[in-house]
Amino acid sequence: MTESPVIRLRHVSKAFGPLAVLNDVSLDIPRGHALGILGRSGTGKSVTLKVIIGLLRPDAGHVFVEDQDITTLSGRELAAVRKRIGFLFQHAALFDSISVGENVAFPLRRHTPWDDTKIRERVMTLLEQVGLEETADKMPGDLSGGMRKRAGLARAMALQPPILLVDEPSAGLDPVTAGEIDDLLVNLNEQTDTTLVVVTHNIPSARRIGDELVFLDEGRILMRGDAEALEQSEHPMVREFMKSESSG
Amino acid sequence: MTSLFAHVGDVVVFAARALRDAFRPPFEVSETVRQLYEVGWRSAPLIGVSGLAVGIVLSMHTRASLERFGAEALIPAALALALIRETGPLTTGLLLSGRIGAGIGAELGAMKVTEQIDALEATAVDSFKYLVVTRMVACVIAVPLLTTLMNFTGIVGGWIAEVAISGMSFDLYFRSAFSLIAFSDFIPATLKTMVFGFIIAVTGSYLGINTSRGTEGVGRAATRSVVAASILLIASNVILVQFIFFLFPAFGE
Repeated sequence: MTESPVIRLRHVSKAFGPLAVLNDVSLDIPRGHALGILGRSGTGKSVTLKVIIGLLRPDAGHVFVEDQDITTLSGRELAAVRKRIGFLFQHAALFDSISVGENVAFPLRRHTPWDDTKIRERVMTLLEQVGLEETADKMPGDLSGGMRKRAGLARAMALQPPILLVDEPSAGLDPVTAGEIDDLLVNLNEQTDTTLVVVTHNIPSARRIGDELVFLDEGRILMRGDAEALEQSEHPMVREFMKSESSG
Repeated sequence: MTSLFAHVGDVVVFAARALRDAFRPPFEVSETVRQLYEVGWRSAPLIGVSGLAVGIVLSMHTRASLERFGAEALIPAALALALIRETGPLTTGLLLSGRIGAGIGAELGAMKVTEQIDALEATAVDSFKYLVVTRMVACVIAVPLLTTLMNFTGIVGGWIAEVAISGMSFDLYFRSAFSLIAFSDFIPATLKTMVFGFIIAVTGSYLGINTSRGTEGVGRAATRSVVAASILLIASNVILVQFIFFLFPAFGE
């Protein structure tokens, strides 16, 4: 594992009207690293992910992905960067007018020269990885929340991106399914050296996935370190948060 | 008042971007074809049946008026002229404001609140081109074609009404209907509906993409799309008709 930061946030601030969500955040994420972002609701965790992929433009500061400042890129240049980032949304955000299989195939149809047979093979491999091989022809509306999330993960992994951003992988899932998704993310990180950035409320999940954790509070990084360091933090809020088995 | 101007400014910028992006590659051909099917082909039954009904009613009114002057022989031509020049285009536009405008507003609104538009962007797809430009191009192509369908079924409806009253043959009715129609009647009136298609698509897309407040916002986007598109369509029609009279003086004869 090399330690050159694949993602760098420099003095990033973002506000929605009078509400400051990120406040001068600087963060380095080395290549192949698995970083968990923790914090109470509304502290800017999901916004951090959206700023990294350029879905939200920071009001101040710079975001570097693989040494490209994405705050200065044109639409086409940004699209090229995004092809190297997978994003699992909190509620999966599957396209509800097409089947699960077509959802997973979507990035492949857009960004690879592959024919239908090869795309179908890849889709089935991905769905198998997330335990959804039977659902390829179903519509997203026919799936449970956990299945939708797993399908969303398959779509996010479709192009084998070197960076995967995951928003609340275990929110709303039963412990077994949440554990399966955690295992999948850990294996992905270990076997393919994928850089993982995972936003979660779930402490066991954060411990399992994250090489390192950051704790956000009021748009600032309150603390960064491994799970043990956070447990022994001098900040009562961080200690309290780490004690709760799952606050999500 | 300032916010109204800001809002209008946003819509103008949005519409200009849609026009500009329609001519910039890459072109989303397959999605445009899918939208053509959705907004065009699937609207055909509504327009066809409505045209038939409009034709029957228009024929009854035309007969009632022309009978007074003993000019029943002009009924087919008068009906065809009224349909092709104004009734067909405007009725089609208003019907499609309801069907397509509400559909686009609700669909894009739902995609916005469920983060599907963000998901498109995250998948390195230009969501504006994929969602807005494709719908705009499809509407600009589909609305004139659907207008032509309404004109045709309207004339057929007129014939059905006429058969019931006078027993006029199909052949005679159609020859009589088209006896006074020139290309200058059909072409400008039908082409102006491209503007109607543009208005319907852009209004629905703008309100859909700017939806907020969850499912309540989706419902509001759908309703506002219909209302805004209908008003803009009626207002633009006044200007477009003046424009047509200016460009095609024969249209006013």
